[in-house]
Amino acid sequence: MAKITMTVNGRDVSGVCDDRTLLVHFIRENLGLTGTHVGCDTAQCGACVIDLDGQSVKSCSILAAQAAGSSITTIEGLAQNGELHPVQAAFKEHHGLQCGFCTPGMVMTAVDMIRRHGSTLDEATVRAELEGNICRCTGYHNIVKAILAAAAEMGGARQAAE
Amino acid sequence: MGVEGIGARVARKEDKRFLIGKGRYTDDMTVPGMKYAVFVRSPHAHATIARIDATAAKAMPGVIDVLDGKQLLGDGIGNIICGWMIHSKDGSPMKMGAWRPLADKTVRYVGDAVAIVVADSVAEARDAAEAVVVDYEPLPVVTDPVDAMAEGQPQIHPEAQNNLIFDWELGDAAAVDRAIAGAAHVTELKIYNNRLSPNAMEPRATLGIYDAGDDHYTCYTTSQNPHLARLVMSAFYNVAPENKLRVIAPDVGGGFGSKIYIYPEEIVCLWASKRTGVPVKWTCDRTEAFLTDAHGRDHVSTVKMAFDANNRITALKVDTIANLGAYMSLFSSCVPTYLYATLLSGQYDIPAIHANVRTVYTNTAPVDAYRGAGRPEATYLLERTMETAARELGLSPAEIRRINFIRSFPHQTPVIMNYDAGDYETSLSAAMAAADWNGFATRRAEAERRGMKRGIGMSCYIEACGLAPSAAAGSLGAGVGLWESAEVRVNAVGTIEVMTGSHSHGQGHETTFAQLVAERFGVPIDSVNIVHGDTDKVQMGMGTYGSRSGAVGMSAVAKALDKVEVKAKKIAAHLMEADESDIVIENGELKVAGTDKAVPWFQMALAAYTAHNLPAGMEPGLKEGAFYDPANFTFPAGCYICEVEVDPETGQTKIVQFVAADDFGNIINPMIVEGQVHGGLAQGIGQALLEGVHYDESGQLLTASYMDYAMPRADDLPSFKVSTSNTPCPNNPLGVKGCGEAGAIGSPPALINAITDAIGNNTLTMPATPQKVWVAMHSSN
Ligand code: FES
Ligand code: FES
Repeated sequence: MAKITMTVNGRDVSGVCDDRTLLVHFIRENLGLTGTHVGCDTAQCGACVIDLDGQSVKSCSILAAQAAGSSITTIEGLAQNGELHPVQAAFKEHHGLQCGFCTPGMVMTAVDMIRRHGSTLDEATVRAELEGNICRCTGYHNIVKAILAAAAEMGGARQAAE
Repeated sequence: MGVEGIGARVARKEDKRFLIGKGRYTDDMTVPGMKYAVFVRSPHAHATIARIDATAAKAMPGVIDVLDGKQLLGDGIGNIICGWMIHSKDGSPMKMGAWRPLADKTVRYVGDAVAIVVADSVAEARDAAEAVVVDYEPLPVVTDPVDAMAEGQPQIHPEAQNNLIFDWELGDAAAVDRAIAGAAHVTELKIYNNRLSPNAMEPRATLGIYDAGDDHYTCYTTSQNPHLARLVMSAFYNVAPENKLRVIAPDVGGGFGSKIYIYPEEIVCLWASKRTGVPVKWTCDRTEAFLTDAHGRDHVSTVKMAFDANNRITALKVDTIANLGAYMSLFSSCVPTYLYATLLSGQYDIPAIHANVRTVYTNTAPVDAYRGAGRPEATYLLERTMETAARELGLSPAEIRRINFIRSFPHQTPVIMNYDAGDYETSLSAAMAAADWNGFATRRAEAERRGMKRGIGMSCYIEACGLAPSAAAGSLGAGVGLWESAEVRVNAVGTIEVMTGSHSHGQGHETTFAQLVAERFGVPIDSVNIVHGDTDKVQMGMGTYGSRSGAVGMSAVAKALDKVEVKAKKIAAHLMEADESDIVIENGELKVAGTDKAVPWFQMALAAYTAHNLPAGMEPGLKEGAFYDPANFTFPAGCYICEVEVDPETGQTKIVQFVAADDFGNIINPMIVEGQVHGGLAQGIGQALLEGVHYDESGQLLTASYMDYAMPRADDLPSFKVSTSNTPCPNNPLGVKGCGEAGAIGSPPALINAITDAIGNNTLTMPATPQKVWVAMHSSN
């Protein structure tokens, strides 16, 4: 058993779990943040993607104990003051989701992608970088569209602020 | 059309909760005292069970209990059944072998459930499951359906001799044989339709809760049709009486057919909850999903298509062997029969058709409906044959189709279906224009200069959506009616709740159904709530599959709205002292036509509930229900064109363009319809290029994870060009047809035809992996 403390979505949290508990299960079961999903057992589907200390990771491929002391953002931490994050808004606007199960992982991956590439993202890069995320519903068409739209908008906003 | 009404691209109401991580899927549910289940599953494809010893497992930390098939049987829990009776051509009924929710004597595929372990945590349950000792005596195994029918092969169920479930036929064999004998040309082909795993991203899960106080059961489950689950579990499996069983299918993360059926886990968890006195939750992992979710397709067919001297099809003869796996799943028998053979006429005027279908048991997971169900198999067979025939006859792919298109409606095919409306030429022309078909030769020449092989292929599909009518389905063997129900409740403040028996698992019903109400009454869609997926809230329903929610589910809502409208107008007329027939509903008001007298919608609703001033004899309140049983199927159709480049060095196929032109009748929300097409295309392209379930000879599943089963990823797919034409369906009040399956039906043949065109070899089978394409390229036709 391990006692783990970490910062999740800006809040300090702690919990006790088995040494073997994966981070995704700690987030879902111990913290009750069920937005992070489990879609596979081989770290292939990306439904569980979160941000850990500024890096996007698959929370099914890391032990909860390894993440002790770190700072995590899950899908629940993205919207601020009741306002959707621009990536979330773009997914809605461009119908980038259907059943919504892959969506939290997709959005977290997209946020990371845009952070790294800014508004220079192009379709080929988005498709290549979505390699770790599977969606069975949308055919990716609208996900790609949503990510490009969000990148353009966020890139534009950043330029304006500079 | 209002901004939120029919035809508007309204952003989805349901999206917010999914986007902020507040979706509520079955595995997200927790209830006090809940424990976790893990199933002990057979590692053998075929074996008898000599003994199960759970003594050590029961003593392990956290374990509540371990239960097996003998106990289940002892408690009178029934076998899982197939709900559609098919008779062989000799008149004998199909041979259904017993499927015990927990195997007691024999296991018949790898993954067959043997026992359930209930423990404090999943990890503890898993540890204990490994400690359950099952003595298996392995039996010989057969996985190939053709082999399975041969003499001397392993017998999987005693009821089905040579593993043959039924030998069924449809159409006029003699007429077909005559036409083939007198044909100017006959095209012959052998067609394989590869076995697929549906792979909804949300793995199946169920939470069974028995309440001893009320003697009442609640089942949360990942289901496309919770009412059917309740009906079957109570009427056939003896789990609980219908009035004491509540089934809730909350947010469901995709289904594609795999979540229509009743699986062992739902039954066993409910029963285990009663046995152990604790709520029991089970969540599938992906490997378990590959092993136990019902698979799709898996046909082997031979086809003969006869032509006269004018290149008109005179007859079609089809012989199909369908692998149904180890057990007959709920709808498995109707997929290769009434959902497949009845669509073999395609978009073509074919005077004589005969189909013979044999279904076979093998030591593999059960096979049932998967996106399109039967229609993709029919379309693939027909459109590969048309392409082959075009080449043999020296016609272009478009010419051969144009010559044979059905052009007048209604059209009675020789295989039951009566097409109500359609315009196939329009879809074909639209697709060819969007694909710049005429410019292809130039593009091919350019590709050749780069050393690439470029090909183009088309496919014209038709499907039958919204299974109906109930009486006809019943006469063909269906065990249920195929209507849909709806209830519209107008609240005292004018907000509206719509209860529907349809179920949404990604299709956006909360938006489209609300658009229908907004269109009718001019109220904002945010004042409309769509309620579904809970048998305690919605009285009855048949769920969602086969693109039936629009044509059948929304039609039921429309009928209930008719009744609400009549009463609302009566109330308004009374309030304004006007004639009922002069009342019109517009922009949220009930108006006296041609005057400035109006009552706001909410005021009329309030009047219905205050009941201070209602017409004499009128009951207070405003709530109406309707059941809708359609007069016929609806028949969406379209034309898909795919262009590919094949790398001759590697056999790698790249899709350079994919065009879809569909006729879906009237459209409620074009944005959602396009999304449905995109998703269907991805699954069809997945089937054609990447996906395939493989067992080895001992029945071990070789494709039991995403490492081995190639799911389409963003990089495998292009951006699609989609468009629609809209010939309204004359048979439902909304003129809608259904769009959910089209993409998966029409795309595989277009893609394989394109690769075939590129490499000049017609022997390719799906999935067209680089290796197979390379081999085909380097061998003779
Ligand atoms: S659950 Fe983590 S990648 Fe699939
Ligand atoms: S929206 Fe269903 S899996 Fe992506």
